[in-house]
Amino acid sequence: MTPFPFSAIVGQDEMKTAMILTAVDPRIGGVLVFGDRGTGKSTAVRALAALLPPIEAVQGCPVNSATAADCPDWFTPKDSATETRQTPVVDLPLGVSEDRVTGALDIERALTSGEKAFAPGLLARANRGYLYIDEVNLLEDHIVDLLLDVAQSGQNVVERDGLSIRHAAKFVLVGSGNPEEGELRPQLLDRFGLSVEVRSPDDIETRVEVIRRRDAYENNHETFMAEWHPKDAALRAKIVAARQGLMAVKSTSIALYDCAAICLALGADGLRGELTLLRAARALAAFEGATELTRAHIRAVAPMALRHRLRRDPLDEAGSTTRVARQLAEVLP
Amino acid sequence: MALDASSDNDRPGPAPGTPWANAQLALALLAINPQGLGGLWLMARAGPMRDRLLAQLAAFAPQRLHPAMPPDSLAGGMDIAETLLAQAPRWRPGLLAKGGWAVLSSAERTSAATAAMILDQARKSCATGQPTALVALDESATEAEALPSPLAEALGLFADLDGLALADCPEAALPMDKITAAQAILGGVTLAEDALAAIAETCQILGIASPRAALFCMAAARAHAALHGRHVTTAKDLEIAAALALAHRATRQPEAPQDQAPTPPEASLSPPAPPPQADNAQDRAAQDDPAQDTTADAPQPDPATTEMLIASAQAALPHDLLARLQAGRIARQMAKGAAGAGARQASQHRGRPLPPRSGRPGTGQRVDIFATLRQAAPWQKIRRAAVQAAQGTAGPQLLIWPRDIQLKRFQARQERALFFLVDASGSAAVARLAEAKGAIELMLAQAYARRDHVALITFRGTQAELALPPTRALVQAKRRLAGLPGGGATPLAGALDMARACVAQARARGQTPALAVLTDGRGNIALDGSANRQAAQADTTRMAQALRTMRVPALVLDTSMRPRPDVQTLATALGAELVRLPRADAQGLSATLGAALGRDMA
Repeated sequence: MTPFPFSAIVGQDEMKTAMILTAVDPRIGGVLVFGDRGTGKSTAVRALAALLPPIEAVQGCPVNSATAADCPDWFTPKDSATETRQTPVVDLPLGVSEDRVTGALDIERALTSGEKAFAPGLLARANRGYLYIDEVNLLEDHIVDLLLDVAQSGQNVVERDGLSIRHAAKFVLVGSGNPEEGELRPQLLDRFGLSVEVRSPDDIETRVEVIRRRDAYENNHETFMAEWHPKDAALRAKIVAARQGLMAVKSTSIALYDCAAICLALGADGLRGELTLLRAARALAAFEGATELTRAHIRAVAPMALRHRLRRDPLDEAGSTTRVARQLAEVLP
Repeated sequence: MALDASSDNDRPGPAPGTPWANAQLALALLAINPQGLGGLWLMARAGPMRDRLLAQLAAFAPQRLHPAMPPDSLAGGMDIAETLLAQAPRWRPGLLAKGGWAVLSSAERTSAATAAMILDQARKSCATGQPTALVALDESATEAEALPSPLAEALGLFADLDGLALADCPEAALPMDKITAAQAILGGVTLAEDALAAIAETCQILGIASPRAALFCMAAARAHAALHGRHVTTAKDLEIAAALALAHRATRQPEAPQDQAPTPPEASLSPPAPPPQADNAQDRAAQDDPAQDTTADAPQPDPATTEMLIASAQAALPHDLLARLQAGRIARQMAKGAAGAGARQASQHRGRPLPPRSGRPGTGQRVDIFATLRQAAPWQKIRRAAVQAAQGTAGPQLLIWPRDIQLKRFQARQERALFFLVDASGSAAVARLAEAKGAIELMLAQAYARRDHVALITFRGTQAELALPPTRALVQAKRRLAGLPGGGATPLAGALDMARACVAQARARGQTPALAVLTDGRGNIALDGSANRQAAQADTTRMAQALRTMRVPALVLDTSMRPRPDVQTLATALGAELVRLPRADAQGLSATLGAALGRDMA
């Protein structure tokens, strides 16, 4: 069954915007979605991947390389022919073992034919796509460390079982979880480009609409998909146009000052905040078809780009969203 | 309101509306629509009633699952032992690959990781058109046990066989001919006009946040309509669907009667919106999102339908179930926050390496290739000769047999769980409750730095309360602490008793527990709840000594105005270090605590 259409997701606008921005500019880094169960987090990730234009990849390449030259040295393509693939979305299940993530010695070939071969893991499959981690806050620390490393460098290096292998692993990390069940380490928080908070809709109309659409999706699949296809197609066209327009978006020095000022006022650690804020604002500008970055763009993305970067007194209970909003009103009126 | 028994006389078997009938019906609905309903959460201990219910599935050869299943047998994969013997790859399919019925026994003992894997496999089986109908047998005996929440969330239906006598449970069989007929028309069953709105409002009023519950309710109503050959759902279908799919998810009573368990102060639950507000919300939604034209002409739910659904859900709710589920919810958070059995399982993957050991490969463990080769090396010549003699050919260069395989082992570092026992009684509160809170905050900050789990047990009045189960969410701890009222008597013995249970649980999860008791030591409520100082003191000492035999590192902070022998007695009985809470000196306090805790917990 084709995934649920992205445009048909009711409400949750901030989450949808954040995901679209990472589709426009993957360098923004991942998205962290914190909130209740059943709020459409995984639906949105799968829908987005289905929405995005397919990628061209060398035939049979386990890491979705775009050209034969990009293929890792342990994989020899038959020829340079490419095939069209869906943007990959790879689920990282809770309780996954390290060798499943990074890839490991191919035991089958090692035992049966005595060859030392590499069996690619989830990171290989996620290259050029999305890596989705549900319950990221419950993931074991050593897996989290490993993911951070790879997400940061864009390369997966495997040194184990006598193998020495590397391959490209550039992906958008999408994590979701419920903060009531455990928190995420600050080191990991910071690596996510954007973070959004979602909650269950609390008015009847929205809830009815959610289940109505879901119901139509499941029981009148063809009609429902046909109905939403034009909207998804329009959104895809907009994202593709934004990708092309991204480089043309001018960032004035006023905009740069704005970014720095709000980060300074919030006391965000490091410079990653400014960079992400700038990238996200530019992506938003490109998505809206603007050619110049304005303060409105910065204001719009500041909460999602900064709320998880505030230096956190672990015992401070004022919501970071409110803190960002307060400073925004003060610094960037 | 009980379900109306007479209106549906074409149904075979037991009287409708009874728990047994509901369980029967749940199985039938699940058989009709496993894809939409996911599974059945069956609260039932092992016994003849459960056996009788499950006996109906015997004909379908249900897949048996249990919580200790190794991941590779669930997910399938290469059978290394077979592969080695055959010298060619041998694969084993996942247990749920073929779909059909699956019964998970002792479901409450399932770890979050195993639950994730089971659900993943079930989803895959749905995608291949052979959906799995999962029946999870919840045998929870205590409040500390409960299904992992992703599993509970994914199971559409709920039935409870608790308290039934065998006489209440007449033998029955799944009406297969009706089920087959129902499956044929299921795709064409539509929902009645106002059904969606009624279900949504019912969810709202019962405090069910997840939209999945509403979807399950719809799927159940459809399946029930199909079972009776109807093409449009009726009120009856909805009523039964609400009883089976919504009731157990309720987090609050519509109008809480006095004798019911109080609803928990969960911030995530919004209060039920009275009608005028609902109108406002609708206006707001319409303004916010003009593109959503569908909201404007959405049919208003018929109040009578909604009321009927709620009544039906309530009727299906055993009296104490809400309280039990609340307890279960907390327990689930405990289990999840602690990463459950993951901590133990992790010892196969991380930590200090231990010498490898021979074993069967593929049970989630890693093969130590070098040790395996070392083990196999001396035998090569002999084996080659044996193969030569048996097969007449030289065979492969390297002969590794299953018994050579060595597995890697690691010693995992244990997580720490720090339990705070906070005396909020009148005698302590008057004196130093604020300072005690300050002291805890200092310790919380240290716990945060070390990624310890913290838990909060408070006691005042007549009983102790687990205000916060072990968690790393320190903000929560802070919040609970800030809202902690003071006053009342001192049920110190009860608090120590609760600590004992918590310590045992933490140990069972593979954590290393430690206690910090903040009190003036003047317990005056005995374990049986009576206000008898003498008995209270005796109980306190008994409980403290029981804790001591568990060898829990402990620390007692004296919060009384001036030193008294009570606290010293408690500390001695606990085998704990006694620290006098110094007055209003945060720096000094921090140093004292740091030193004491560091020693105790090293």
